[in-house]
Amino acid sequence: MPQSDAPIAVAMSGGVDSSVVAGLLQREGLPVIGLTMQLWNQRRLPELVPATGATGRCCSLDDVYDARYVASVLGIPYYVVNFEERFEREVVQPFIDDYLQGRTPIPCTLCNNFIKFDQFLEMAGGVGAENIATGHYARVSFDETSGRYQMRKSIDPAKDQTYFLFGLTQAQLARTLFPLGGMRKPQVRELAKELGLPVAEKHDSQEICFVPNGDYAAFIDAYFRERGISRAETEGEVVDTEGRVLGHHAGTHHFTVGQRRGLGIARPEPLYVIQTDAASQRVVVGGNADLMRSSLVAKNVNWLSIEQPCGPIRVQVKIRNRHVAAEATLSALDDSRVEIRFDEPQRAVTPGQAAVFYDDDLVLGGGWIE
Amino acid sequence: MYFDHNATTPIAPEAAQVLSDALQTVQGNASSVHSGGQIARLQIENARRTIAASLGATPAELVFTSGGTESNNLAIFGLLRALPAGPKHVLASSIEHPSVLECFRRIASEGMAVDIVDPADLEGYIRPETVLVSVMQANNETGDIQPIEQIAALVRAHRAAGQAIWFHSDGVQAFGKTPVDLSRLEVDLYSISAHKIHGPKGIGALFVRKGTPLAPLLAGGRQERGRRAGTENVPASMAFACAVELCGDADRCPKLRDRFEAQVLGALDDTEINGRADARLPNTSNLMFRGVSAEALLIALDLKGMAVSTGSACSSGSIEPSHVLLAMGRTKEEANSSIRFSFGRYNTVEEIDALSDAVIVSVRQLRKRMPRENRLAAV
Repeated sequence: MPQSDAPIAVAMSGGVDSSVVAGLLQREGLPVIGLTMQLWNQRRLPELVPATGATGRCCSLDDVYDARYVASVLGIPYYVVNFEERFEREVVQPFIDDYLQGRTPIPCTLCNNFIKFDQFLEMAGGVGAENIATGHYARVSFDETSGRYQMRKSIDPAKDQTYFLFGLTQAQLARTLFPLGGMRKPQVRELAKELGLPVAEKHDSQEICFVPNGDYAAFIDAYFRERGISRAETEGEVVDTEGRVLGHHAGTHHFTVGQRRGLGIARPEPLYVIQTDAASQRVVVGGNADLMRSSLVAKNVNWLSIEQPCGPIRVQVKIRNRHVAAEATLSALDDSRVEIRFDEPQRAVTPGQAAVFYDDDLVLGGGWIE
Repeated sequence: MYFDHNATTPIAPEAAQVLSDALQTVQGNASSVHSGGQIARLQIENARRTIAASLGATPAELVFTSGGTESNNLAIFGLLRALPAGPKHVLASSIEHPSVLECFRRIASEGMAVDIVDPADLEGYIRPETVLVSVMQANNETGDIQPIEQIAALVRAHRAAGQAIWFHSDGVQAFGKTPVDLSRLEVDLYSISAHKIHGPKGIGALFVRKGTPLAPLLAGGRQERGRRAGTENVPASMAFACAVELCGDADRCPKLRDRFEAQVLGALDDTEINGRADARLPNTSNLMFRGVSAEALLIALDLKGMAVSTGSACSSGSIEPSHVLLAMGRTKEEANSSIRFSFGRYNTVEEIDALSDAVIVSVRQLRKRMPRENRLAAV
């Protein structure tokens, strides 16, 4: 815990986790400021919101109201800061581009890299807060031997968020506190009650925050309509692994590797998306066996808890958030790319997702699957 | 320390006393026939006389409202609703307050011809079917004073030539800070508000020059000569009148503002005044600190106990770039680097000096995070 009198800026979303972070730090007698990031204008793309209201909307007025209410209960200074422009440029547009290029993006990681641990850190520093704290479930500690900050998985495996945090740098980690990394969710809810926070019973958010009801294809279409830009058509053929045409699809961005639904093709054995090819606008489908891969290449690798290793190392790799980390051998191809060879083939290796490397609960680093 | 008087002002102790006393002593409904009602009637009419006199208006020309927003809505919608059907065109300046601009946008969405233009270009946009021109007297964000005498004369000239055309001016920021004499200034409709001049919130007025058509927006009573239904807020009108009487030369004194600007502009480079240095409200200073996030500066100052403002807050409370600064030709980056300081009657020289110090220190700290070459490159 920092010892200085400088306040700690807590990124408050209005949810239970960040509210408890603010409450805990304040209970320790540390000066705390609450900041809520306004990332997406909820008045945009109104066509996506059903009359009954949407779930999981980013920066909804209700969430800001909750964050402000929590701050007032705690008696801490509180402000909303507008990062909409940067968020659209660094998160929303790459998210859309990825889908149109046949990749399956992770906007949360981009948001962490470019917004929460970049612009937010800068804003916090600007208002006099050298350190920030967030409600992420991850543990960070300083390792004297290596002279590095190291990140470990949350002790609550169901809540662990390290998969989304592999892109952080040493400089960012040096200024960041994750007070919930050593807690389990039920304990956090208990603390919320104990601290008298009015959000103790609030639901967890699950979806991509700016995409109402998780319908990202509808979001992409609405975004283009709003901007009056016509995008290149992505509709095309559904083919099997031999290139035989099996049917048509409404757009490659509706599909992700491993997806089974929405293909509109009846077969005795289940069919899965093996590949979406933006260039030919084809969606390649096949059986489960066609989805298995024994290796992958990850680019733009960031080494987090260790320096870039010289030779091959044994690691466990997660290829999506819900994936059970698989044993593999990692070899550096160059300064920014690595090759991962799995001991057992893995299902649905998806371009655009991250490959995050672990040594047990230690987060070694990660990169983007090519 | 409070430097956000264009948002609202602390109520004058005298006005607060009047309000508090009146809440207990003036209980009647001013429309009632009995003696309790008569006392209330007497008080609100006294208040109306005081405020009208300060404007150079007659009491019958003053309609009490709930504040500036309602006055602007009543002026715009009330006039249009009172006019006979037929093709109409309305005109407003691009730097108007949202309570004017949003009325015009609604009118446009309902199909009427609307132009929102630079105040300097106004003349060229008046058409034969133009029925309303709306230009504020002084801008809330920069304090810029608009040439409303000329605009009023222009509108009068069109009317003299037989055109059915009226001129509304939003005087919410100017009233009390710069002399206003409606017996000479030929506006037809003029909006004012109490809480901008150390009066209570929740009361304002619309000046409606005799003979100007105006239909009420609220139905349900004949109050305010049939122009604004609803039980009169007598105690607030009394406190409003008290606040008007307290407005004196002190509120027009530019000394504090000029001291602040001299200190800050003398100490910081890449800092500019937004607005016209020659014709500004004497209490308003809108400064652009190139390369500095106004949002961060506002928070840093607030954490030091100093209240200032920037842009316009959106519904969540975060800041959006000011439409006024954009309309004046500032870029989005420049608008997002601009802060409004607005001073009031109770600010002291010591407070101004403390503010200057805090601004200079905070801007330097924020700029240290962004070296000058990046700052200039970002423009």
